[in-house]
Amino acid sequence: MENRFDMIIIGGGPGGYSAALYAARSGLKTLVLEKFSAGGQLGQTHWIDNYPGFPEGIDGFTLAQQMQSQAHRFGAETRYEQVIRLELQAQPKRVHTAKQTYLAKTVVFATGANARPLGLAGEEALIGRGVGYCAACDGMFYKGKTVVVVGGGNTAASDALLLSRVAEKVILVHRRDTLRATKVYHSPLLNAPNVQFRWDSEVVALQGQERLTGVTVKNLKTGGIEEISCQGLFVSIGRLPNSALAEGQLTLDDGGYIQTDGTPQTEIAGVYAVGDVRNTPLRQVVTAVADGALAVHQAEFYLSQQES
Amino acid sequence: MASVNVNQNNFRQEVLESAKPVLLDFWASWCGPCRMVLPLVEQIAEERPDIKVCKINVDEQPELAAQFNVMSIPTLVVLEGGKELQRASGARPKDAIEAMLP
Repeated sequence: MENRFDMIIIGGGPGGYSAALYAARSGLKTLVLEKFSAGGQLGQTHWIDNYPGFPEGIDGFTLAQQMQSQAHRFGAETRYEQVIRLELQAQPKRVHTAKQTYLAKTVVFATGANARPLGLAGEEALIGRGVGYCAACDGMFYKGKTVVVVGGGNTAASDALLLSRVAEKVILVHRRDTLRATKVYHSPLLNAPNVQFRWDSEVVALQGQERLTGVTVKNLKTGGIEEISCQGLFVSIGRLPNSALAEGQLTLDDGGYIQTDGTPQTEIAGVYAVGDVRNTPLRQVVTAVADGALAVHQAEFYLSQQES
Repeated sequence: MASVNVNQNNFRQEVLESAKPVLLDFWASWCGPCRMVLPLVEQIAEERPDIKVCKINVDEQPELAAQFNVMSIPTLVVLEGGKELQRASGARPKDAIEAMLP
């Protein structure tokens, strides 16, 4: 199988397929390596209301599929292989998957981010057994139950609001004394009769073996410990960038995001980072797709210099 | 072999009394991660004649979802002789699903 490409894009989310679309339209031989399904976080997002062009909104999975088809229409290719190692300084650059080694003139990191876990004992074993990271996916299973939501940002607030319509009781645990979420969420949440708050607090332990039965909450100001009996726990405390592949070759910032110069350009010529995996002030579908286009623009300039 | 849509009427026959090991996929049409997993289990259905792939739509079959204590979708369960061997929640690559199979 042909394994030489002008551009290899790692990750098939919106940033990756925008880069693939622009690269393929520019005549670059383009490959997207995706570990299992187009879309990344977008594909797992129930509904997208802030991507222009869809006045009624669109579900994330469909939007992701459409981005993939659009890139494929111009000749970009997708292979479902997990990248395990990169040699970014090599010429051409080498991309190793579990199956084979690819050669690429340019590489785009579009590896995105995942929900950040709490990092508590037993958390992983309780995923799908009470512990969840996607209230839009799993909220319906908590009808009439008590659910704890951790976090104070937009995701936590929208999760808590969504769950308040299904669950009997929602308890929001946040380590600060006020929500960081956009104002639009504040009053509906604070006025919801079945939503309670534990400010200045953290979940410090999970209870339950076969399934979650409760959580231990600690008040950071008073040191007080409270056991809350609940059937569900939704964790919305931010994202963890998928930057492990770049470790040792590119600088990562304190949050683990790939350092760029404010555009997708990384420290290595011909290597770009787009969307949620790079240090950027805003992580949205619309910023990821903008990054994809910009990365290709920069890559074309780089390739033209290489040739001359 | 094509996958089988399971409901309360055919559950016993298709899943519990299946001669082959069963890969059971709990899903819903509005769930993005479920739609990521569906084509993968369909491929497994075609490629693995020794496995029966069954799908349960949790919106249409809430009783079966409750019977399996499904609290999250997608949830994949592997059964043999009516006994649960493996279970995993959340979308995952095809090779990880294959690794669950006997």
